[in-house]
Amino acid sequence: MEYKDYYQILGITRDATQDQIKQAYRKVARKYHPDVSKERDAEVKFKAAGEAYEVLKDPEKRAAYDKFGANWRDGENFEPPPNWDAGFEFRGAGYTGGDSAGFSDFFESLFGHGHTGGRQQHVFRMKGEDQHAKIMISLKDAYFGAKQTLTLSRPVVDNNGRVRTSPHSLHVVIPKGIIEGQRIRLEGQGLPGYGGSPPRGLFFEIALPEGRLFFAEKRDIHLTLPIAPWEAALGATLTIPTLGGNVQIKIPPGSQGGKKLRLKGKGLSTGNHQGDQIVTLQIVVPEAKTEEQRRLYKTMAEKIPFNPRSELGI
Amino acid sequence: MTEQRTYIQGLVLNEETRCTLADLCRLCGVNAEIIHDMIEEGVIHPEGPSPREWRFTYIAIKRVQTAVRLQQDLRVNLPGCALALDLLEELEDLRRLSRRN
Repeated sequence: MEYKDYYQILGITRDATQDQIKQAYRKVARKYHPDVSKERDAEVKFKAAGEAYEVLKDPEKRAAYDKFGANWRDGENFEPPPNWDAGFEFRGAGYTGGDSAGFSDFFESLFGHGHTGGRQQHVFRMKGEDQHAKIMISLKDAYFGAKQTLTLSRPVVDNNGRVRTSPHSLHVVIPKGIIEGQRIRLEGQGLPGYGGSPPRGLFFEIALPEGRLFFAEKRDIHLTLPIAPWEAALGATLTIPTLGGNVQIKIPPGSQGGKKLRLKGKGLSTGNHQGDQIVTLQIVVPEAKTEEQRRLYKTMAEKIPFNPRSELGI
Repeated sequence: MTEQRTYIQGLVLNEETRCTLADLCRLCGVNAEIIHDMIEEGVIHPEGPSPREWRFTYIAIKRVQTAVRLQQDLRVNLPGCALALDLLEELEDLRRLSRRN
């Protein structure tokens, strides 16, 4: 198993006082709390800090841990020396608090419920927990609805009472018109309780990607549409993409850049709620490359009286 | 060999979701007293005049769950949770805006 450097995880030195350990833990926990942090791996770091604190806050566990010496590096392959825990009084104590799901093998075999040094097997029953997960689905799947297979890793208790994580697959219906931040609850699919306690719910929260063409804002889908100056000036009927396929759109004559056109019902809609596609016009000016093209622009300058800066008072 | 797959249809928590006090307690694994305290501190705002008629939105469900975790994990008290939740929502809006620009 891999050695865990609990001091490094909390960013403290090995001679830290109990107060310093507590302060360091609170700081790391606030920084990486999954509800607060947007950092990648926030949850992993939050759990690692919880595990480190679980050991270091308890003087007995800390002293036993310190006996391994200061020369181990985090992630290094590690086997505890025989009778490493002789003379310490935390046998079978397991966890004193905190969310133990997902603690490392290192923790489990040394300090956890699976701690084999204890003379008596600890029988425990723990309430099942809600499990929370975030899944990224494509904008198309949100638009049409879809069926998806999710793989979650969840802790299971094996026959020896040790906690292992194992992948768990779920086949789930994603309803049409689901939007960012909404959640789907699957009854009885959360983390099972230990000792026969029933599992609770699994909540998964929808995240939508920022596509190359589209982005979603609540139920509305946005698209930036590049158009030529003459299409803006004279009006045009153009074919444009939506999540549901290509459609025709009318650009009114005299449209300016930034103008927004709304395609009703072309966003993320459900039976009761309509989402639209919002098309923002972006006027793209062609470069004058040849003498003739430059002449055309000059002719426009002469024939079309136009001051784009009149609002600036100049 | 083809595997027969059953797809689970979950409960979608969206803007149409309205749940009762009992539902909210069950969904969040807390008792009614905790919900009362959260309402008092402004963590959530029910629709409806009396506890029997209270209805909660999907946002309330999420706020209660987050508040429970913040209390357990970071030892934030209830007024602190209400503040943190409001700031988190504001932060989320700002992040969305900054992604667009």
